[in-house]
Amino acid sequence: MIAYVVRRLLLSVPIVLVASFVLFLAVRETFDPLAKLRQSRDPGVLERETVRLGLDRSVPEQYVLWLKGFLTGNWGVSSRTGEDVRTVIFAALGPTLQLITWGVLFAVVIAGAISVYSATKQYSAGDHVLTTLSYIGIALPAFWFGLVLIQLLAVLPRQWFGLDEPPLYFVGLHSPGRTGFDLDYLRHLVLPVLTLTITLVASWSRFGRASMLDALSSDYVRTARAKGVPRRQVILRHAARNSLAPFVTVVALDGALLFGGLIVTEQIYSIPGMGRLFLDSLLTGDVFVLLPWMLVVAVAVVLCNLLADVGYALLDPRVRLR
Amino acid sequence: MSADMGTVAQMAEVAPAQVSGTREVLRRFVRHRLAAIGTVVLLLLVVACFGASWIAPYEKGAQDLLIGPTGPSAQHPLGTDELGRDYLTELLFAGRISLAIGFFVAVFATVLGTAVGAIAGYRGGALGELIMRVTDLFLIVPGVAILALALEGLGSSPTTIVLVLAGISWTYIARVVRSQVLSLREKEFVEAARVVGASTTRILVRHLLPNLAGLIVVNISLATATAIIVESTLSFLGFGVQPPRTSWGNMLSQAAGLVGTEQVYLLYFPGLFILVTVLAVNFVGDGLRDALDPQGKQL
Repeated sequence: MIAYVVRRLLLSVPIVLVASFVLFLAVRETFDPLAKLRQSRDPGVLERETVRLGLDRSVPEQYVLWLKGFLTGNWGVSSRTGEDVRTVIFAALGPTLQLITWGVLFAVVIAGAISVYSATKQYSAGDHVLTTLSYIGIALPAFWFGLVLIQLLAVLPRQWFGLDEPPLYFVGLHSPGRTGFDLDYLRHLVLPVLTLTITLVASWSRFGRASMLDALSSDYVRTARAKGVPRRQVILRHAARNSLAPFVTVVALDGALLFGGLIVTEQIYSIPGMGRLFLDSLLTGDVFVLLPWMLVVAVAVVLCNLLADVGYALLDPRVRLR
Repeated sequence: MSADMGTVAQMAEVAPAQVSGTREVLRRFVRHRLAAIGTVVLLLLVVACFGASWIAPYEKGAQDLLIGPTGPSAQHPLGTDELGRDYLTELLFAGRISLAIGFFVAVFATVLGTAVGAIAGYRGGALGELIMRVTDLFLIVPGVAILALALEGLGSSPTTIVLVLAGISWTYIARVVRSQVLSLREKEFVEAARVVGASTTRILVRHLLPNLAGLIVVNISLATATAIIVESTLSFLGFGVQPPRTSWGNMLSQAAGLVGTEQVYLLYFPGLFILVTVLAVNFVGDGLRDALDPQGKQL
């Protein structure tokens, strides 16, 4: 297993490298790293910066130079804020990881519960309702859902009940001056987490229902029932456990999608995470942040994919990773 | 989304399909109730949007500054915006761009993906491997990020949007087609064709392509749905269709600031149009899949 993980990690290095080179080219072609200095009155500053950043060399050389800096922890300085890029990105990772953790936790629990319910009560009224909802969830533009949520769950209740504060907040993760895990934090979390996960809950529950149905109609479940194992135990121990493996794979492979969703979610709820950082950097042409951002996300996604395979092997002993 | 920006769960649902008799397929499709409803809704939407010049209650962009923004009423079923423009009219005209972008992205992505996947699968070897590694690249950076970057760099005319979106959505269908072709190429009928001297091109086009027809049709419908959502998301973030052109996505992004104001109805309707369209397209896709692949699992 360890050998497998190491080999997979080594194998993904070239993919990430090629991706980083392509992204480097794309970003270099799109943006002028010196755009901000072009209006400068000091004629020497352009040349000095060109030399300092190595922009007078060939593009492959520039890439190698940049990559070297990245690997040695020298990520450069943001042209938008003048801060150290590494500090900026690690600061942005905080809120983002919180959203991802709560989001995945929420989505897995809800989607899992729906899957088990829908599959064991196939074609019941509840199943029909949930299936319909999952169709709608998949067809929803998530950002619109987020905006409508603000209106329906924060703005309207506040007007109706004449409250001073909305019941659920929609700006940031904490009220100013507060930190830590408290009611205030939870009231900030509900809307972003719902927005981030609506599509995932819908599609994971559909997938989970299908794989649960598969398991329920299998021979080992029939055997267990014939032996007189209690129904509850058959469903949870035998069927659910076995349909967990493909489910985990799907969850882990949707990692890249989650980062995409973060861009929208953090924009709507003004959360200073990776998604916001990406948009702000893109709109100001801050190449010094964009490149490390892409690379950090790419590595995260590669790790997610690896996690998917390892998780599959852990849950399904028939799978041997070599 | 794209199919490749779609969640993995959605992808897993695209089952390989086999065409068996057009009549039979048609019968099964019509009997699929949701698919039939989806088809009707979609047809209505397409007719209403592309025939908007005749159907829409008002002229496109006709302003009535005196009434300003008003809620839904008998004269203006979906209300009016801040310039007094009839919102239903605006939505129908905007739908043209949204629907067209969705459709063309799906078609281009599917054509490209099928071609690449078929070649990679049939030829195999180093070329096939190389192509598959290229599709890997697309999996590790979020699609929305690549799209935003590309549109920021290339500008966002509808044509560019279609090309860029198709440019990153083809990888999913390429993977599916490749895996299908990998198994199809070992079949007797392909071997027979090779023995009688058919060229690679002929085998691909005359023998393999018809066997992929179901897969291709289903993918076009699902990719259309995805592309419509992605376009609206990009417009919301400011990288999609730019004013004065209108799409459902950029109408939504203009209405985004109206949360909590009196004019919040302007936010509801474009989203509902997108939702209904995507639902209808998905139902049609499901119906097609079931009709083309009777053995397939019903999800």
